[in-house]
Amino acid sequence: MSATQIHGHEAAARAGAIAADVTAAAADDVDTRSRFPFETFEALQAAGLLGTLIPVEYGGIGATLAEAGDTVTELARMCSSSGMILAMHHLQVACVVRHGQTPALQEFMAEIANEQLLLASATTEVGVGGNTRESICAVMPHETGFQLEKAAGVISYGSYADAVLATARRNADAPKSDQVLVVCRAPGLSLEQTGEWNTLGMRGTCSPGFALRATGSQDMILPVSFGEISERTMLPYSHVLWACVWRGIASAAVEKARAMVRAEARKNVDVLPKGAPALAELVMQQRQLEALVQDALDELDRLDASDREGVPMSFTIAMNTLKVAASRLVVEIVSGALMLCGMAGYAHGTPYSLGRQLRDAYSATVMINNTRLLDANAHMLTISKG
Amino acid sequence: MPEPAHPFEARVRSTLAEHARLPVDVETLQVYDDLFQAGMTSHASVNVMLALEEEFDIEFPEEMLQKSTFESIEAICTSIASLSAIGDPV
Repeated sequence: MSATQIHGHEAAARAGAIAADVTAAAADDVDTRSRFPFETFEALQAAGLLGTLIPVEYGGIGATLAEAGDTVTELARMCSSSGMILAMHHLQVACVVRHGQTPALQEFMAEIANEQLLLASATTEVGVGGNTRESICAVMPHETGFQLEKAAGVISYGSYADAVLATARRNADAPKSDQVLVVCRAPGLSLEQTGEWNTLGMRGTCSPGFALRATGSQDMILPVSFGEISERTMLPYSHVLWACVWRGIASAAVEKARAMVRAEARKNVDVLPKGAPALAELVMQQRQLEALVQDALDELDRLDASDREGVPMSFTIAMNTLKVAASRLVVEIVSGALMLCGMAGYAHGTPYSLGRQLRDAYSATVMINNTRLLDANAHMLTISKG
Repeated sequence: MPEPAHPFEARVRSTLAEHARLPVDVETLQVYDDLFQAGMTSHASVNVMLALEEEFDIEFPEEMLQKSTFESIEAICTSIASLSAIGDPV
């Protein structure tokens, strides 16, 4: 933990400084070697930023979701993988903070802040595809409390995480959809890598499959159903935080396009550069992306402010819509910037190179597949007005 | 104390039997049992909502479209009763 406590509104500036000083220089190496961005996460830990969403009373920064989203955007401008890892960590923390108000989990929150623990997630499973709302594995009794074995299809940065939040059926008799969320951590956690992570983009997230085996005490199982955690926190927060990653990627691409137009404009101040109209289009799309993120944050604020229990279907539809729309926009923005920058953007190693951003941007439409989300919305819209 | 049976509990149970895709027999469930814990998925719950609208000739208002409205036989019956009371004074 840093010696000087920082406030929520200062978190983004701190992350921005780390992004500029540490993340930027490592980004190409992280991508090329598909390796974990150690230096960035060491710097984030030193600044206390893994406690961004932990309430102040447990030693964290106590930032809002919007402020946490800004920290993600700052990193993603320099390195999408670093931004995505931080986004996924914030997401897990948010689930514990909202749904883990028990003495044992409050102690865990304090530990996250004080020890700057990195949290990962095991919500997918071999055999159920990408549907996070079904599990095959089940929480079983054990002398320490519980025991869990899960064939996790993906655990992003699993090898580097201090704890993994895994979904599982409530017990051996529970149906597939009756799930709980379990905090799995050392010394009771073992992860055996079962696959490779060699992908088009987001290479630094290091997200292969793992055979997860965990034991722990019963009070490390979150006290509410995963169904509730998923619809109230995990899905909406993941859509918002991931969109904050894409906002960072888009910002990097527009910045390169802007630099190219500016360079051309300075050479001949009397003539509008030929890329300038395309830049105006890009800035428009960037504003649309920003508006989508802001709209989702406003929806979440309205839900938090209301005293209603449960999550209205219209809210879930709105969050799914944000995800699909924002993930399409980031690809369009980076592609547009590439068209504007031309060969200088297509080539590696120029100030205008956009290859990494383009490859990373395409992950947006695949991670939580857009087709699945649109199908879910289509089904809900048979009864809801959205 | 035995729970008072809703007049349309049987129709709700038969709608659930047809559309909730539960891994257990609906008749084995108590009226307060959690249908989602019993294995009803979000996807199946939307089909149940649609089938209930058709069966009872009602339309669930937007604010009622959330899990808690459909989480048990009791909750469903109460929701339908509240809507039927508006549409049908008998």
